[in-house]
Amino acid sequence: MLPFHYTRAGDIAEALRILSRDEGATLIAGGTDLVTLMRDGIRAASHLVDVNGLGLDEIHWLPEGGVRIGALCRNAVDDARLRREYPVLAEALRSGASPQIRNRASVGGNLLQQTRCTYFRLPEFACNRRTPGAGCSAIEGDSHLQAIFGASPQCTAVHPSDFSVALQALDAVVLTEGTRGRRRIPVDDFFRLPGTTPHLTTELRRDELVVGVELPGGPLAARSHYVKFRERASYAFALVSAAVAVEVRGGTVRSARVALGGVAAKPWRSPAAEEALIGRPLDEEAAAAAGDAAARGARPQRHNGYKVELVRRVVRQALSELG
Amino acid sequence: MDESTHEGPPSRRAFLSHSLTAGAGLAALGSAGPGVAEARAVVADPPETLPISLTVNGRRRTLRVDPRTSLLDTLRKDLGLTGPKKGCGQGACGACTVLVDGGRILSCLTFAVMFAGTEVTTVEGLADGDRLHPVQQAFIDHDGFQCGFCTSGQVVSAVGLLGENPRPSREEIRELMSGNICRCAAYPNIVDAVESAAKGR
Repeated sequence: MLPFHYTRAGDIAEALRILSRDEGATLIAGGTDLVTLMRDGIRAASHLVDVNGLGLDEIHWLPEGGVRIGALCRNAVDDARLRREYPVLAEALRSGASPQIRNRASVGGNLLQQTRCTYFRLPEFACNRRTPGAGCSAIEGDSHLQAIFGASPQCTAVHPSDFSVALQALDAVVLTEGTRGRRRIPVDDFFRLPGTTPHLTTELRRDELVVGVELPGGPLAARSHYVKFRERASYAFALVSAAVAVEVRGGTVRSARVALGGVAAKPWRSPAAEEALIGRPLDEEAAAAAGDAAARGARPQRHNGYKVELVRRVVRQALSELG
Repeated sequence: MDESTHEGPPSRRAFLSHSLTAGAGLAALGSAGPGVAEARAVVADPPETLPISLTVNGRRRTLRVDPRTSLLDTLRKDLGLTGPKKGCGQGACGACTVLVDGGRILSCLTFAVMFAGTEVTTVEGLADGDRLHPVQQAFIDHDGFQCGFCTSGQVVSAVGLLGENPRPSREEIRELMSGNICRCAAYPNIVDAVESAAKGR
């Protein structure tokens, strides 16, 4: 690892000043991802800007409904009202990593964590995400953990976050602050698909930082659930996961959200699965129809055909457990 | 800290970031040796060490650390506290678990320089003189280990767990201790130990 400058920023303005002045500067919060990336030579920084002194660690309930979660809240954030009003969010957070990592990792860092694609993480393999134009070793390599939706010939990596999948199902907004002002970016727009520029993973600009996420109020979130399927019972990334939120009135589904994890470079929303639920009772048949719809359009690669069936079953299970 | 000398925006800054990028590129192509060495020689600007003060096992410590050093390496090499183990060095095993301001974290996934002003507790800081911490005693009573390499991490993690959740069920213990891998698979006895420590409270 190359030497770097280190500054513990006293306020947001100072952090932004360093970011805009030094193009090699990088923010660090929990560091649970960045430290290994730097140690393994995947990322380099000329200047580490420690943002842990910025505050931004509050849960703020909005008077008009909804809640704002500060970017420096830890993944271990445990709030009774959050658990009650946004169960899918609390469940997704609790299913991620281990208690030690959740105690340290920040909410903002969770959004910005890098893929666990083996080829990205091992510098001896070609990776377009790491080095644009270098090629993608995963295309010809082991694809069992790779994407089945939204991949490109340049990159088939998946986003590893559970939290972001819940955010997608909750229509969350990512709040940023930069030298050119504040922005509110819907979570679906915040994450990018690889296309021909897989190294650009989010809409966050170089001179911006994530200050929080905002969840809207409304009836959807209260009845929501997260199901994560992984290779062992705990402390593993999702092979496939589903975040679902359903509003039932008068015995039928009025609105629904279905988002998938482990299947794409971003938390993958499935409008087809949502459509399949609208106007019918939330029963086993509806859950199965939504699972089938969610799997439609999947483009599995050589070793990950199993993920298509997992999508069907994980969505179905998440909805059944809600019912 | 002589940070002020690094804050200016001389044209050298751009040059440095380019050389860093070049260094990373070379490392990416697998020729890390000479590339990194060369780039390092050029970068005279970043500080070799920075001073930090923190409290470790109740004792105030002031030392200089290379900003690239993990809290784990600082504890083990600079402060001689070898209780926290370097099992995997990448956040997969939990052997390096320590408490920071009472909360358990993985000391390998850190830079020590970020922990100025904190209170760190390692397994060495749990006992009260010759009197073992109840969690340590419970691990002995329930034979919660075999080779012992993961044990200091398990014990500190269990102390952190009981701080977060003083009355965990067996199922919760299994889930909330899942960040600590035991390759001897002493898990049933570890769960017994944590359960008994919780009951003894």
